[in-house]
Amino acid sequence: MIEFKNLHKRFGKLVVLDGLNLEIKKGGIFAILGPNGSGKTTLIKCLLGMVIPNKGDIIFEKKTVLRQWAYRNNLNYLPQIANFPPNLSVMELIEMVKNLRPKTSNSEELIELFGLKTSLDKKLGNLSGGTKQKVNIVLAFMFDSDLIVLDEPTNGLDPIALIHLKEIIQKEKSKGKTILITTHIMSFVEEVADEIVFLLDGKIYFKGTVDALKKQMNNENLEHAIANLIAKQYA
Amino acid sequence: MAKRAFLFLLLVPLLTYANIIKVCKSCKETELSSAIAHAQKGDTILIYSGVYKARNLIIKIPLTIIGIDNPTIDGENKGTILSVNTDYFSIQNLTIINVGRSFTKDYAAILIAHSKHFTIKNLKLRNLFFGILIEKSHFGLIENNHISSVSLSEAGSGNGIHMWHTSDVIIKNNDLSGLRDGIYLEFVSNSVISNNKSYQNLRYGLHFMFSDKNEYHHNLFKNNGAGVAVMFSKNIKMHDNAFILNWGSASYGLLLKEINDAEIVNNTFEQNTIGINVEGSSRINYKNNTFLRNGWALKVRGACYQNKFTNNNFLNNAFDLSYNSELNDNFFNNNYWSEYTGYDLDKNGIGDVPYRPVKLFSYIVNKTPETLILLRSLFVDIINFSEKVSPVFTPDDLLDNKPLMKKAND
Amino acid sequence: MLKILKYSFYDLMRSRWSYVYFMFYLLLGFVLLFLNNDVDKAVITLMNIIIVLTPLIGTIFGVMYYYNSKEFTELLLAQPINRSKIFMGQYLGISISLTLSLVLGLGIPFVLYGLFQSAAIFNFSLLLVVGAFLNFIFVALSYNIALSTENKIKGFGYAILMWLFLAVIYDGIFLIFLVLFNSYPLDKFSLAATMFNPIDLSRILILLKLDISALLGYTGAVFKQFFGTNFGLFIALGLLTIWIILPVLRMNLKVKKKDF
Repeated sequence: MIEFKNLHKRFGKLVVLDGLNLEIKKGGIFAILGPNGSGKTTLIKCLLGMVIPNKGDIIFEKKTVLRQWAYRNNLNYLPQIANFPPNLSVMELIEMVKNLRPKTSNSEELIELFGLKTSLDKKLGNLSGGTKQKVNIVLAFMFDSDLIVLDEPTNGLDPIALIHLKEIIQKEKSKGKTILITTHIMSFVEEVADEIVFLLDGKIYFKGTVDALKKQMNNENLEHAIANLIAKQYA
Repeated sequence: MAKRAFLFLLLVPLLTYANIIKVCKSCKETELSSAIAHAQKGDTILIYSGVYKARNLIIKIPLTIIGIDNPTIDGENKGTILSVNTDYFSIQNLTIINVGRSFTKDYAAILIAHSKHFTIKNLKLRNLFFGILIEKSHFGLIENNHISSVSLSEAGSGNGIHMWHTSDVIIKNNDLSGLRDGIYLEFVSNSVISNNKSYQNLRYGLHFMFSDKNEYHHNLFKNNGAGVAVMFSKNIKMHDNAFILNWGSASYGLLLKEINDAEIVNNTFEQNTIGINVEGSSRINYKNNTFLRNGWALKVRGACYQNKFTNNNFLNNAFDLSYNSELNDNFFNNNYWSEYTGYDLDKNGIGDVPYRPVKLFSYIVNKTPETLILLRSLFVDIINFSEKVSPVFTPDDLLDNKPLMKKAND
Repeated sequence: MLKILKYSFYDLMRSRWSYVYFMFYLLLGFVLLFLNNDVDKAVITLMNIIIVLTPLIGTIFGVMYYYNSKEFTELLLAQPINRSKIFMGQYLGISISLTLSLVLGLGIPFVLYGLFQSAAIFNFSLLLVVGAFLNFIFVALSYNIALSTENKIKGFGYAILMWLFLAVIYDGIFLIFLVLFNSYPLDKFSLAATMFNPIDLSRILILLKLDISALLGYTGAVFKQFFGTNFGLFIALGLLTIWIILPVLRMNLKVKKKDF
């Protein structure tokens, strides 16, 4: 479904992606992991077309995404920082995003689920961080797309919202969707991820299931397994 | 008025005994030239409607020529049409066209020389070189004439009313356009020019040279090369005139050159490149004039002393005053300056802070004309302000100490 | 693009600053006209304000909007929309809302004053047109600066510096140059130098109508040709348009290559 081919990206002198190759098959939840600065967000942004690679190609549903934009209609994205135009109300923002995408949506259901009904007329500038993140999640999940990209989705969520989020993710998975997640919360990874993609120094260092990783590292604790992985690299 | 009554009394006995000669296509006299040849002293010639070809008509005896139903005399571009050399001549209600042009001779529609007591009224003069040319003549009335031509170059065109060594003439209610100078006066005295309209002339609307003790008032000078030029003359009274839209690189509403003891009162100067350009002129009283939206309201050059500027309105000119001298012997008081930003705490209608009409930028433009392109830029405002706070380049004592808070005569 | 424009526009129209800006012009218009009662003088004062303030406000709004809506822009970038349309939409949104504040803020008092019966209507409309041009130009310039500068503080600094340079410093250098080299023919140089600064260009454009009598006092043949006819007016308007087009083109190029 997605194929990154020999992807290079550098910002100035800093090499972030260094000939990265990765193939992600349709269906399932993929957690993209790696230490800070390993290139997770850059990789996702390359896929979204927000960062333009120096070299290489990205194929999404058999077509290149470079310099294209229409493919994003089949892709939902949850950005890391939820910051919206402060003068729009929640409702207006949702309406606007709907307006921008010619697709049906199930926003009402999600609004209900996250208890945003009372906040619909509030200005986005007046919302708390957690509520903003809920709006962010509604925006990301309200369309029916084959690929869903979540950048740090758990940020600032209260436990109930977190439970709802996990439910939605599972529901989407059951519909055969492909879901890419970056996060630092290992318990979350362990709970939802089918496969782990581990990035280090701009390359794929590990790709496989959670169990495979634990097995390879001989460690039942995922967090430690990953720490070992990094330590081994630098040893 | 007494003079004119006297003139009239002189004419009355002449008319009483005069014959009337009629000129028309079916009359005994069919041409003006033969009518003039047969006329006796004091006769009246009536010309009926029609076009009469004529040129070089010479009148040496007192005559009155009156047109009836607008006859036209066509000079066929061959030279002066009517030459008058007699006292008590009068011509009225005619159209005269096609005076010849020449680079060596001053051809005119009507030439009056060495004559006294002439009247020129209600004429229409078209396609001219000179219109009315008056030499060494005295006591005349030029009224209600409409003089126009199409002038292309200064050398190839003449003046509408041109007077030379002449005195005691009244020029009023005339309409002059498309000429070199609308009215030109050289060595003329005791004359009054009033209620004329002089516009779209190549050079000046009105031009004085060496002409003392004259007066002009209630005239309109619009769209001329320059409005009025007064040169080398004394005791000229200029009041209630309007000088409008005289544009061009060296253009002005009024040029004063070597003029002394004049009065300039109640005039309006609107949208001229320079409102008044003054050179070497002293003891002039400028009062109650309005300067509106000129490039320079006043441009003072050379030695100008003891001029008084009081109760004038300076409204929205790009420059109120330009001065090329570091010295000042002129007096500004009680004028209204639209750019004045002072205050009047004692509410007596007079600003408590003096106004400096000369700005630093005006000084810079004098030195380097190209800088004009920076007019009204923020940088120029800033340097003007700093000069206002502490004058370095502009004359220190050039001040209106009592600027008005409201327009004069408002 | 129209959708983005619409939302940026609504967003700005609802922000406090648009109102402040609008109220400022409204107040200014009323004060100038009803306390002064001299349309000619009001137009001249307005010119000074428009020439200096519109570029400044355009610059500040441009950078401010860009940096403040950065995350929102990222949200949009993930939507199926062409990149350059997003930025063109935002750019037009800001420019149009600023222009609207200007036109309504000044227009209302002038209409109430009875401008349509006044001969100054043409001068006044020209002022508004020039103000609109300056809005579009300076928002484009500041957007360029913001797009090229990641650091918000630096971006603001550069933008203000650009305004200061074009509004004041440029003319200062220009003036010094003219005075120093006044023994050379500077006609063409002077005209050319104004073309490279949109503020000078706008000023000349207004002067052509307002102070033509003074400008015609200038003796140079090139000036005379430029100022004396409608030629100057058209050239100046054309160049202002180019001053919009070039930064917008550069903005589009930059946007195509930029990483977010």
